[in-house]
Amino acid sequence: MKGRHPALVWVGAGLVGIALLALPFALAQAGTAWVRITNFAILYVLLALGLNIVVGFAGLLDLGYIAFYALGAYVYALLASPHFGLHLPFWLILPIGALVACLFGVLLGAPTLKLRGDYLAIVTLGFGEIIRIFLNNLSQPVNITNGPQGVSRIDPFRFGGFDFGKSETLFGLAFSGPVKYYYFLLAMMMAVIFVTVRLQDSRIGRAWEAVREDETAARAMGINTTNIKLLAFAMGASFGGLAGGMFAAIQGFISPESFVLVESIMVVSMVVLGGMGNVWGVILGAVLLSFAPEVLRYTVEPVQKSIFGKSLIEPEVIRMLLFGLAMVLIMRFRPAGLLPSAVRKRELAERKG
Amino acid sequence: MDIFIQQLINGVTLGSVYAVVALGYTMVYGIIQLINFAHGEVVLIGAMVAFSVITALAPGGWPPLMVVAAGTMVAIPVCMAIGYGLERAAYRPLRNAPRLAPLISAIGMSIILQHLALLVWSRNFIAFPQIIRSEPYHIGGAIITNVQIAIIATSVAMMAGLALIVYRTRLGTAMRATAQNQHVAGLMGVDINRIIAVTFLIAAALAAVAGVMVGSYYGIAHYQMGSLLGLKAFSAAVLGGIGNLPGAMLGGVLLGVVEALGAGYIGDFTDNWFGSNYQDVFAFMVLIAVLVFRPTGLLGERVGERT
Repeated sequence: MKGRHPALVWVGAGLVGIALLALPFALAQAGTAWVRITNFAILYVLLALGLNIVVGFAGLLDLGYIAFYALGAYVYALLASPHFGLHLPFWLILPIGALVACLFGVLLGAPTLKLRGDYLAIVTLGFGEIIRIFLNNLSQPVNITNGPQGVSRIDPFRFGGFDFGKSETLFGLAFSGPVKYYYFLLAMMMAVIFVTVRLQDSRIGRAWEAVREDETAARAMGINTTNIKLLAFAMGASFGGLAGGMFAAIQGFISPESFVLVESIMVVSMVVLGGMGNVWGVILGAVLLSFAPEVLRYTVEPVQKSIFGKSLIEPEVIRMLLFGLAMVLIMRFRPAGLLPSAVRKRELAERKG
Repeated sequence: MDIFIQQLINGVTLGSVYAVVALGYTMVYGIIQLINFAHGEVVLIGAMVAFSVITALAPGGWPPLMVVAAGTMVAIPVCMAIGYGLERAAYRPLRNAPRLAPLISAIGMSIILQHLALLVWSRNFIAFPQIIRSEPYHIGGAIITNVQIAIIATSVAMMAGLALIVYRTRLGTAMRATAQNQHVAGLMGVDINRIIAVTFLIAAALAAVAGVMVGSYYGIAHYQMGSLLGLKAFSAAVLGGIGNLPGAMLGGVLLGVVEALGAGYIGDFTDNWFGSNYQDVFAFMVLIAVLVFRPTGLLGERVGERT
């Protein structure tokens, strides 16, 4: 941000803030579905920011990240649904979910973090699959997760008499359930962005960067590489758990199907496409990848009809084909992501020079 | 004891398919340090092409073996073309990019291939025509079918052939040199681009045959079958030590056996608390356990990180 007038930055941030606050009402004009889509986009931003700590900052490729999201979601679902008859308040469960995810992050990380590069990637991938298979099968002999049917009728957020699941009119404006969640998620996202941005330039953030660039040199500089990597894993995992809990509450229903490998890969793609290590790039990647399929869903069908007169190919297939193509093309022409981090930019420039 | 032998036979059969697919991963990884995420989809397309050819020829009254051979012979060049196309379009332009860029490109390609397969062969399960009659042979209470024997024999033959190419020919020497150090190999007169392309071609040919084998073993094909198969094969490659050919073979067979034995015995060991639906967990548990104690896989040697 050097060279820019600080007042201008504040004005810009203010404008973005106002736009974000007004967004749900603009979207509600197009249908409540879009507010919901936006909410899920924010959840993906949270996930991508969490994974960015692991992949972008510390350079550890995690292909099973969705497992932590799943853990957070299941903790919320089991503690606030008729399944066990428990109905704890959300402000208590969300931290528990984050803590459980964090614990599993440490459990996975402690024995495996000495692995390097792709070996770590495949172990995390295996971990993700193991968690999913357990969620899928822990309905017998003792019914814990209710198996493939998943857990339904999960409580929405409630704070006293304020219920996030219901519509309400405040100050003459109608707030539907999704709009309320939107503001909650927005606040969460701001907090997470603040934490990650501050983290990046902190002593810990610099230690991560050092480990990422050269582990041996980092150790020689007196960094406890095992602990610092474990910290990245734990923090990333707890962000994932937090997002998972909110997902369960918003959706009201979860099943193991929401936590398949493809989801992990999607989040990794968001981080890399946007620009690994750059918080704003990662946010851009998450927003693009979560909106693109939805926008394609609503455009592919009419476009096909207007060109051929009828729907030749299933919209879902075209959507995925374009999606895959976009991933290949973006990597082909912007290999460091859409908004590369400063370090990556420098590296690429050096290589070319 | 009968169950033990039976599960061992099933495990070795499935494991040898894993091994053939794992070889494709490990060869590509060994030479350009890339997890070729689209490799599972190449296997899928091999299975699907063979299915189409076999279905078309089956009513012709040809000998069944010839029909299957014809299917395989068509699947191999199709897969090789796809493998070559992948390398040219998605990986070669990214050879000097940051480490994760080709991985994302590979994931994109795997999404594209999977949905192209969906377009051509629909999203339904397709039944492979059972033209070869499955004949059981009894060994000490267990059963091995002629299809299983054929799969194991074909896998062994292909692994032997591959080993011959890699360790006994000029091409193989060039491949190993490129894997060790691309730049120096280039200085020694090895055409790096050609060698990498050839590696992809061989890997794709192996994948095609694996596709036919897995299709005829399960008797069923589906446009999503490539991903889990690819995942397990890649795990097998890592288990054996990625980039190491004998490692991939060992890892594949081991993974198949562990899976089969695990699924067969878990009920007994845990008093039926856990059933065979935990089969897929074993593969990954073993993988994690092995890597914790041998971080570079069973036969892998320490390799430097790509910078």
